Amino acid sequence: MEIKVNGQWREFPDGSTLSEVLDAVGALRQGVAVAVNGEVVRRGDWTASVVPKGANIDVLTAVQGG
Amino acid sequence: MDDLIIGSQKFSSRLIIGTGGAANLDVLERALVASGTELTTVAMRRADAEGGSGVLELLRRLGIQLLPNTAGCRTAAEAVLTAQLAREALDTDLVKLEVHADDRTLLPDPVETLEAAERLVGDGFTVFAYTNDDPVLALRLEEAGCAAVMPLGAPIGTGLGIRNPHNIELIVARASVPVVLDAGIGTASDATLAMELGCSAVLLSTAVTRATDPERMASAMRSAVEAGYLARGAGRVPQRFWAQASSPPR
Repeated sequence: MEIKVNGQWREFPDGSTLSEVLDAVGALRQGVAVAVNGEVVRRGDWTASVVPKGANIDVLTAVQGG
Repeated sequence: MDDLIIGSQKFSSRLIIGTGGAANLDVLERALVASGTELTTVAMRRADAEGGSGVLELLRRLGIQLLPNTAGCRTAAEAVLTAQLAREALDTDLVKLEVHADDRTLLPDPVETLEAAERLVGDGFTVFAYTNDDPVLALRLEEAGCAAVMPLGAPIGTGLGIRNPHNIELIVARASVPVVLDAGIGTASDATLAMELGCSAVLLSTAVTRATDPERMASAMRSAVEAGYLARGAGRVPQRFWAQASSPPR
């Protein structure tokens, strides 16, 4: 299935969990937060959360900014 | 100086620094240390696989508290989601709410800002609201439950100083939450004026991070904020049209 991660479409096995998707894209585990289709998924729910087909995932972290 | 209290947080410094614009982390570190700040803004952006910018590690090492902002958001919905992501990523309820109307002015969108403030307060955030220098809107944001209102002195990054000091005084006169002058500070005298007008604190970034010598300017801003605070508390003399001799008459 295709999933959009930080604006880029990528291919993942059906039924992938959020944790597996984050591992595959090499996302950091600390200091980041994740939204799936515009809803925050708490860190504790990453391993149990199955990503739906065509999902839009945003992985954010803090950077320098006013 | 007395402690600055915002929400349930207490700070001995009244200077809040933004991390945007610094040439590199070494320059930023020296400036932050010189400023004496205890609260510093960060922005939320998409994480790339190479990892973060290192700013989080730096702020943790310096023991400076994080104030994530919602810079770059155009709507209340975007700002609320960004704040929720910041809370999850950084484990803080503090948020500097900013909703920009357009890229050219970066002025706050008052309608979206007020709506986002109401939703974030309802969701348990301690909201620092970036706002126009509009006394009516500042009061509305306070009524919505914001912990601090942050009127601009001038548009972000312009260094034009405080363009409407009377509006800042009006905001201060009616506010019962801390007023933080945010944006537009160009040099130390601007920060002093903000405090003399009765602001509780000053938030600035460009004036320090893009100064020729950021560390020295940070030090100047620290002194400027303290000087303005002391002068406000001391009570200035009334302004007079004609001279008044300061020596006794013969």
